[in-house]
Amino acid sequence: MTLLNKSLKSILIAGLVASPIIAAAETAEEKGMRIAVEAKASDKGWQDMQANMNMILRNKLGQESIREIRMKSLEVEGDGDKSLSVFDKPRDVKGTAFLSFSHAIGADDQWLYLPKLKRVKRIASRNKSGPFMGSEFSYEDLSSFEVEKYTYKFIKDEACEGGTCYVVEQYPVDKNSGYTRRVVWLDQEEYRPWKIDFYDRKDSPLKTLTYHDYQEYKAKHWRPDLMKMINHQSGKSTDLTYGSYTFQTGLSDSDFNKNTLKRAR
Amino acid sequence: MKERLFRFVLDHPVWVILLTMLFVFGSAYGAKNLVFKSDYRVFFSEENPQLTAFESMQKIYSKSDNVAFIISPNDGEVFTPKTLKAIQELTTESWQIPFSTRVDSITNFQHTWSEEDDMFVEDLVLDAETVTEADMPRLKEIAVNEPLLVHKIISPEAHVTVVNVTVQLPGVNPVEEVPQAVAKAREMKAQFIAQNPDITVHLSGMVMMNNSFAESSLTDNATLVPIMFGVVLLGMIFLLRTFSGTFATVIIIIFTIISTMGLAGHTGFYLTGPSSTTPIMVLTLAVADCIHILTTMFYEMRQGVEKKKAIQDSLRINFQPIFLTSVTTAIGFLSLNFSDSPPFRDLGNMVAAGVMLAFVFSITLFPAMLSLLPIRVKQFKEGKNDIMHRLADFVVGKRKILLPGMSVLMVCIIAFTPQNELNDDFVKYFDETVPFRQATDYMQDNLSGMSTMEISIETGESSGINDPKFLHSVGNLTEWLRAQPETDHVNSLSDIIKRLNKNMHGDDPSYYKLPTDRELSAQYLLLYEMSLPYGLDLNNQLNVDKSSTRVIATFRNLTSTEQIEIEERIYAWFADNASSYEVEIASPNLMFAHIGQRNIVSMLLGTTIALVLISLILGFALKSVKFGFISLIPNIAPAAMGFGVWYLIDGQIGLALSVVAGMTLGIIVDDTVHFLSKYLHARRERNKDPKAAVSYAFASVGRALWVTTIVLVAGFMVLAQSSFKLNADMGLLTAVTIFIALVVDFLFLPALLMKLDKDSQPESSSQSKGTPTNTDSSANTSEGDDNDSVKQIA
Repeated sequence: MTLLNKSLKSILIAGLVASPIIAAAETAEEKGMRIAVEAKASDKGWQDMQANMNMILRNKLGQESIREIRMKSLEVEGDGDKSLSVFDKPRDVKGTAFLSFSHAIGADDQWLYLPKLKRVKRIASRNKSGPFMGSEFSYEDLSSFEVEKYTYKFIKDEACEGGTCYVVEQYPVDKNSGYTRRVVWLDQEEYRPWKIDFYDRKDSPLKTLTYHDYQEYKAKHWRPDLMKMINHQSGKSTDLTYGSYTFQTGLSDSDFNKNTLKRAR
Repeated sequence: MKERLFRFVLDHPVWVILLTMLFVFGSAYGAKNLVFKSDYRVFFSEENPQLTAFESMQKIYSKSDNVAFIISPNDGEVFTPKTLKAIQELTTESWQIPFSTRVDSITNFQHTWSEEDDMFVEDLVLDAETVTEADMPRLKEIAVNEPLLVHKIISPEAHVTVVNVTVQLPGVNPVEEVPQAVAKAREMKAQFIAQNPDITVHLSGMVMMNNSFAESSLTDNATLVPIMFGVVLLGMIFLLRTFSGTFATVIIIIFTIISTMGLAGHTGFYLTGPSSTTPIMVLTLAVADCIHILTTMFYEMRQGVEKKKAIQDSLRINFQPIFLTSVTTAIGFLSLNFSDSPPFRDLGNMVAAGVMLAFVFSITLFPAMLSLLPIRVKQFKEGKNDIMHRLADFVVGKRKILLPGMSVLMVCIIAFTPQNELNDDFVKYFDETVPFRQATDYMQDNLSGMSTMEISIETGESSGINDPKFLHSVGNLTEWLRAQPETDHVNSLSDIIKRLNKNMHGDDPSYYKLPTDRELSAQYLLLYEMSLPYGLDLNNQLNVDKSSTRVIATFRNLTSTEQIEIEERIYAWFADNASSYEVEIASPNLMFAHIGQRNIVSMLLGTTIALVLISLILGFALKSVKFGFISLIPNIAPAAMGFGVWYLIDGQIGLALSVVAGMTLGIIVDDTVHFLSKYLHARRERNKDPKAAVSYAFASVGRALWVTTIVLVAGFMVLAQSSFKLNADMGLLTAVTIFIALVVDFLFLPALLMKLDKDSQPESSSQSKGTPTNTDSSANTSEGDDNDSVKQIA
């Protein structure tokens, strides 16, 4: 009797979980999470990628500075991606190469190759909130998106440049993050981000990132040609432009280690 | 026209009162717009070159407004696990201060060291929970030997440390931003002390200073204005013995203040330290008009004239002199528009408006109220002139000694004037009762001063800061700056590069020097920059193109002259040692250091123009070019002497005092007007000789001048009690100058008149040419004559 009761209950529960009635009544947190999972899934399978990246830094007075970087990335199943960047400009850091293994949970692993010293140096792990090459992008802004990095809350649907967008709040899990939250606009068609508002440790507006000129690669993977980051507090800004995207060039794990870092150029 | 106005006022007093109240309440509505701008930048005009330089430097690097928590453990040791834990918590919490963009403390200092082949960049105290007593010597050793920290964040003895929060005020709502940040900082301080009762905390920094401008001035107004009202009330009851008159005067004062401030609010003024003294100045200046009207009215009533007629007579008699003195006072205050510092322009305009409003109320509302209020006149003997009589005799008798004696004295006092030292130290704008001043003095005694100079060095080349030649120059500059006796601390890129070079060579101390290879420095720096967390980056000392760097020097608290001297020394160093780079030096301290001088130059022009205008008016009023020129001496001398006396009192002049000459000019001129007009009246209308005319002048206006001077000196002495030294000094010097003006008018001017005027006929004598009569008769002249003669001027 009790046994039957128990199994009946489990069946009922299982049925309820699967039922669409519950799905329709999902909480804002669950919906946010679902969108994140779907977004990650939609871009899955890009394998590897190479591109040229230019950074234009501007201060409040309008002074500019340019950084030129070549980058390679490798998709890693079940964890953050691996990436290797070679700096071409400024001239005096030409040939400097940066290797990063980003992780879904915990600090990323990072190494920098200094050509003048001919040495590879490991970089402090708590710096993910710090600026990347003096720009308004921090490491955490540039590293790959992983579902586990945040908790979520769906806010609303809103018209955006990419059609109708989900507006989702993301709360970083890592205590070394520089943010209390990010508010992300993702279009409902392709799950492309169009805008991200960043809020600092006291939850004040810090930066806004906008994505421009999306191109589709391999009929599935959307990448922007331009990303604009504006810091509302300092008045500084950084433009990131991408060019010469190539996908599935046959890179493998062996192209992303300390030895390849030394040979990168 | 004038007569019709007076008659209307007296026939329809209720209407006048209602109309005035309508006007006053209408303007009072604007007072809600009057807000206090707590930002030291308000002291500088848009075109101020030091402000412009500083603003552009802040746009290139980052802003440097700050809140500093000065932490002193009572046991005199920062390096204990307990204290470090408290500091780490405070550091973390500091990120919650509104508009904070960076927090620097002993715990989050980015310590670098090498281990095997890797370089580590990490918080000096990474996790305060786990550090033990055994770690303390090592941490202390690192901290007190780190040039970036010692004398800035930690004292060499490690008994005091600072958590420095950089705040970037958006400037969107300047009225609320500073108080928001301050409120949070104070809340944190209270919480910290509650949790750590054995640690003392002080709050300093530019944000606290900005806030003190507002707080100090507002508390002043809350205490000083009531005191001033008390002084006026007592003074009037005692000197004039009238309750109704005092009551009516107080109403006039209140209405004047309300409508002045209300109109200022309507026209978009905001309050600042100096301009917040407007109520007390208007209060002081408005009393005089009422006293004049009351005195005459009482005199007439004592002569048996019926009240309404007495009021009308008083208005008729006083209209022109009150108008004249109001206009000259307003002109004096309007000369503040030449000031380089906007708060003083506002003060000048607001007080000028207040003085004119006081004039209007005095001839409309005041008589209307008097006509309705019960006024009794007590008969009392006119014995008051005895002192003046004796003074007149003394001046006439000793004129041969007084003229040279006073001349020598005046010249001697004036000779001290150039000895005054120019100083605008904003820390000393606040007296020792202000917490900001206490905190900053404490910081000066235990850690470092608050005088900073930011030196931006531009190479003109992208990534130029990595050039070994440039780094070498920066290194030399840093060492040279540290060798200067005034220096407390230097924050320089060269120290970071040296440390990185050491780290990259296995922490070998012999590599604590600048690399000789450009790419090497660039790559060290890149590695370091890539390792820094949020808010601790190098954007505050490098521009985006890495073509320029900012070196920040902190000095012990210095006078303006010393600061300008150091500034010149630094420029000279660059000319001698690194002339190929473009150098700019700026800081809030330098802005204040230069403003005193700039303001003195601009105020000299303003005061001169005011002097010319006022002298012209005097010339017309006295109907004499000769006496117009003679009046220049008693009008100019008091201000010059005031500054001489100031040398003996304080010896330091700055922003606030540079406006005093212009401001007092319009006030002291009143004494001269009154004295000269009586003198001329006696000469022209009564054919008296100069000696008799002097006695006449003393007898008729001596007491009135004495009373108004007491009120004015009392008023400005009340202002001198301000905790905001800028205002206190302004009040004190003004009081001194006004008092000197009376002394000059009593002891020097008469002697001068008797010397220059000889026995010849006054050049514009309008009446008979008879020889002067006896002097004694004039001694009995009462205020009635005073009033007759007043009619003649203007």
